[in-house]
Amino acid sequence: MEELITRIHALLIAQFGEQVATIESSGLQPALVVDPALLPQVCLLLRDHEDTYFDFLSCISAVDDGIEAGTFTVVYHLASIPYNYQLTLKVVVPNDRRLDNLPSVPSVSGVWRTADWHEREAFDLMGVYFEGHPDLRRILLPEDWEGYPLRKDYEEAEMYHGIAIK
Amino acid sequence: MQLSTRSTDNMSLPDNPYRHAQRVYEERLAAIGAEEMIINMGPQHPSTHGVLRLQLITDGELVKEVIPHIGYLHRCFEKHAESMNYGKTIPFTDRMDYLASMNNSHAFVMGVERMLGIDQQIPKRIEYIRVLVCELNRIASHLIAIGTYGIDIGAFTPFMWCFRDREHIMNMLEWASGSRMLYNYIWVGGLFYDLPVDFESRCGEFINYFKPKLVELDELLTANQIFISRTANIGTLPADVAINYGCSGPMLRASGIKWDLRRVDNYSVYPEIEFDIPVGSGEMGSLGDCWDRFKVRVDEIRESVRIIEQCLERLTRELKRTADFDPRALVPKKVNVKAQDYYVRAENPKGELGFYFVTQEKSDIPKRVKARGPSFHNLSVLPELAKGVLIADLVAILGSIDIVLGEVDR
Repeated sequence: MEELITRIHALLIAQFGEQVATIESSGLQPALVVDPALLPQVCLLLRDHEDTYFDFLSCISAVDDGIEAGTFTVVYHLASIPYNYQLTLKVVVPNDRRLDNLPSVPSVSGVWRTADWHEREAFDLMGVYFEGHPDLRRILLPEDWEGYPLRKDYEEAEMYHGIAIK
Repeated sequence: MQLSTRSTDNMSLPDNPYRHAQRVYEERLAAIGAEEMIINMGPQHPSTHGVLRLQLITDGELVKEVIPHIGYLHRCFEKHAESMNYGKTIPFTDRMDYLASMNNSHAFVMGVERMLGIDQQIPKRIEYIRVLVCELNRIASHLIAIGTYGIDIGAFTPFMWCFRDREHIMNMLEWASGSRMLYNYIWVGGLFYDLPVDFESRCGEFINYFKPKLVELDELLTANQIFISRTANIGTLPADVAINYGCSGPMLRASGIKWDLRRVDNYSVYPEIEFDIPVGSGEMGSLGDCWDRFKVRVDEIRESVRIIEQCLERLTRELKRTADFDPRALVPKKVNVKAQDYYVRAENPKGELGFYFVTQEKSDIPKRVKARGPSFHNLSVLPELAKGVLIADLVAILGSIDIVLGEVDR
């Protein structure tokens, strides 16, 4: 696992330059922290490169890093069916938590179609905006719901269309 | 009535970028052509297997576009999971894919055990019991998939037969765990209880009873000419589209990809067990059609029966119950995981079930838990499969995906 991630890191640096990604290897699964601006290009390269073929996007998770941290993290879990590799990509975006200024990450729904619904879910529950997404509507909650429930500072409204929800 | 004090005025402005997609969607529906009609299928439609609403844009009998609306069964699993400790979350995982509760909790527990570093210490007997109950549950889940699929396209008998046989499994699992469908049986570090005395022999009796029934079911449906003409060459899903949409489980295998996490990841005691991975063959039509998806499930039941037989053999011989065996010996009083993040995946009856944990230091409550439900992905391919099909075929396609809305909406 360690070896795979350094190989992929070297591959990305050769293609995009030094600033593209850093390795984070604190836990059981090391991850690559990717520059948000380069994310779609990185994903496309990892999907199509003959040494990686990360053709399967398992999961996209949006994480609220906490009120003090002032950042949101979006985590991408990739799998390569031909090689049986797994890889974790992370994108960290600073944000001030205002509801009219959502953290913004480029969409990867052009790379994997399954990202479409996952990004809608992250937008719906965590309030992360995905630039270039073809259809970024709320998916699980009603379209007139207020706020983003998985945020640490979320406070639910008292009423929704005359129904007490608290 | 006290309304929220937060300012959301900006949300209603017409140029709000966060509402842009909703407006495009509404305009798209308002501007449909004179020959087109919008039909709502669901949320209370029997063939949607729960509360799923499909908005069909149709031209006569042809479906031009399908817009799925989900979320009717959203029960805030992820929010719950980050407000209580790991052990208390297990009953909530049961309620995700409520037709395969054992498999859900197995995946969740496996993730927590790996983060704790105790996954190698779990006694073999416990691991075999886990695999045994998971495979029983897999059979029960596939029986529902097959039975309700029959009823979707007009065959009533398979439904009755499948539910009759599933009832035996429900009774056995109730005997072991105390509950019919939502078990809370697999715990972090062990099990709720050891299997009841004589469970193994009764399970063996069930397998002997079930094998000929499976042949009967096969004869009734698999080669049935009416069934074949309703399913073959319908809803063909090419392998590259399946992968791109994140489809997994029988859905992906029916398209010809041999990808089963039980073999790929070799978790639990699956490496010690012999079984094959059935894949689609395109025998009756094209590779990856509805018939292939159905057939893969039937074959998987057969493989699960093989796994159960091997588990029973080991549980009655070298891993026999002993008087001093305590299935809760390793269950931690408090789950103290150091701060890290971990993604665990396991093969559910419907496909790859994943849990992504972000833990925090000195706390037994996770900071974030994300669940990746296989049905969520398998359903997302429906608009692609349903382009240009007949409305009647849409029912056949939806049934062949085998979704559980509890898992789609979580």
